[in-house]
Amino acid sequence: MPSDNELIGTVSGLLAEYAHCIDSDDLERWPDFFTEDARYRITTTFNHDRGLPIGIIDAKNRNMMQDRVAALRKANIYEPQRYRHIISVVRITGRSDDLVEAEASFMVVRTMIDGRQGLFVSGRYLDSIDISGERPLFTEKLVVLDSDKIDTLLAIPL
Amino acid sequence: MTEIADIWADPGLTKVPYAVYDDAEIYARERERVFQGPTWNFLGLACEVPEPGDYKTTHLGDIPVVLVRGKDGQLKAFENRCAHRGALLCLERFGNAKAFTCVYHAWSYNHDGDLIGVAFQNGIAGEGGMGPDFRREDHGLRRVKTAVLAGLVFGSFDEDVPALEDYLGPDITARIHRVLPRPPKVLGYYTQTLRNNWKLYAENVRDPYHASILHLFFTTFRVNRLSQKGGIIVSENGGHHVSYSMLDPATDDDSDYDAAKLRADSEFGLKEPRLLEGRDEFNDGITLQILSVFPNLVLQQVRNSLVVRQIVPRGVDMADVVWTTYGFDDDDEDLMGLRLLQSNFVGPAGYISMEDGAVGNFIQRALPGTKGETSVVKMGGDGAASMASRATETSIRGFWKMYRNLMAI
Repeated sequence: MPSDNELIGTVSGLLAEYAHCIDSDDLERWPDFFTEDARYRITTTFNHDRGLPIGIIDAKNRNMMQDRVAALRKANIYEPQRYRHIISVVRITGRSDDLVEAEASFMVVRTMIDGRQGLFVSGRYLDSIDISGERPLFTEKLVVLDSDKIDTLLAIPL
Repeated sequence: MTEIADIWADPGLTKVPYAVYDDAEIYARERERVFQGPTWNFLGLACEVPEPGDYKTTHLGDIPVVLVRGKDGQLKAFENRCAHRGALLCLERFGNAKAFTCVYHAWSYNHDGDLIGVAFQNGIAGEGGMGPDFRREDHGLRRVKTAVLAGLVFGSFDEDVPALEDYLGPDITARIHRVLPRPPKVLGYYTQTLRNNWKLYAENVRDPYHASILHLFFTTFRVNRLSQKGGIIVSENGGHHVSYSMLDPATDDDSDYDAAKLRADSEFGLKEPRLLEGRDEFNDGITLQILSVFPNLVLQQVRNSLVVRQIVPRGVDMADVVWTTYGFDDDDEDLMGLRLLQSNFVGPAGYISMEDGAVGNFIQRALPGTKGETSVVKMGGDGAASMASRATETSIRGFWKMYRNLMAI
């Protein structure tokens, strides 16, 4: 079993690649960071603290993440925009043989094509990561937003 | 400067002056005549304040309001503003309180909004304090009249507002009961901030014409197409509406869309098709129902995703939409699964709703050159009556009919 520091390094590397994928608009690769039956959810601290099950996005497997990307590319209409993720140092919150649980804080700055720019969201990633394979993969990624206000729309995943 | 009465010279409902979306005087007049006028404003769900003393902070228009369940079990509401110096009385979103005490000078109020305590009312050691003419009963909180229908709580500052069911009319009342046949259970909250005037959203909700054109997800995945069987109901006063549709295999082809050169093909399928499945939980085949109650409520069913939306104006060019998703206590695991799955349709990231968050802003940003100009609201004629076709703007005209009556413009 790797040491905590090694796990922090592994998870940090995964998060760095994950953020790079989204921030560089390489969304087709975004589902590849997950196992096939992984769950990806975006919710709010308010809902999370009260155990309310419905949040902002809920993908119950990688197929649904691929559908999300396909819809963003081909069906949904939104102004061109980019994210810039700033992710904190990682905390390891649990570990078993093949699974690591980790938490990290993030902020996302959103920049619209006309230059409007500002803090879009902040929150926590509550991740479960399978480290048994060639590269680490999320088995669950719960994105818990600090605020439950979303400015205009949330198109691109966080 | 244009007089308010001159902003809308045309007597009809088909030419909406753009000035109504960015005029500060109009906004102030709406606060008086629409939100504090003879209207019923959605405040929250009765199930959000189940026990005596439970309260929720909410808004009536942009005015902060507290909704509370009294010791007698009745729902009461009052302005969330201390009668002393005008500070917000409640800061939490939800809570339980035996009495409401202002943090500033500890004036306290009961569940009816009556002033029951004034710190140092008689001064200290015979000095200071309130004069002999001070009467606590003169300084209660401003009350909001409440009425409940199917678990929805409405409030009005106008004592003379019509009875809620008369205000809604029988068709709207029946369609509210349809999606709230038993007490709802809240499944989650989120708020979408719109950078546009609140009325652009109120119009968008009442606009079935855009639904299958702006929201390409609808047509691409055949969730809702104008050619599906359905219709528009507009209330007598014009302000409320229902747009509904049902799957109808007989019209399920692309010919209308091909003829209009609109994209309706299914060039890509969903890898998770269950998103588009659903259960006919209300046993009537209706798969989509959008219902509005003037001025601030939207009730929405998209398959098995059930949502209440409250529109809160935040100034002339901003509004919040507070989304509350719900189900019922007796939902089985399969139905709950569908509600979770189909929650992806709605909200700020919803496949068939995210565009609504942006399109009002596209209008707001284009307002600078519109002085004296009007939009064109002529789909389906110039009236505001119910129609079988959804290629119409009849319910938008209904909104303006009620709006103009209240605003006297």
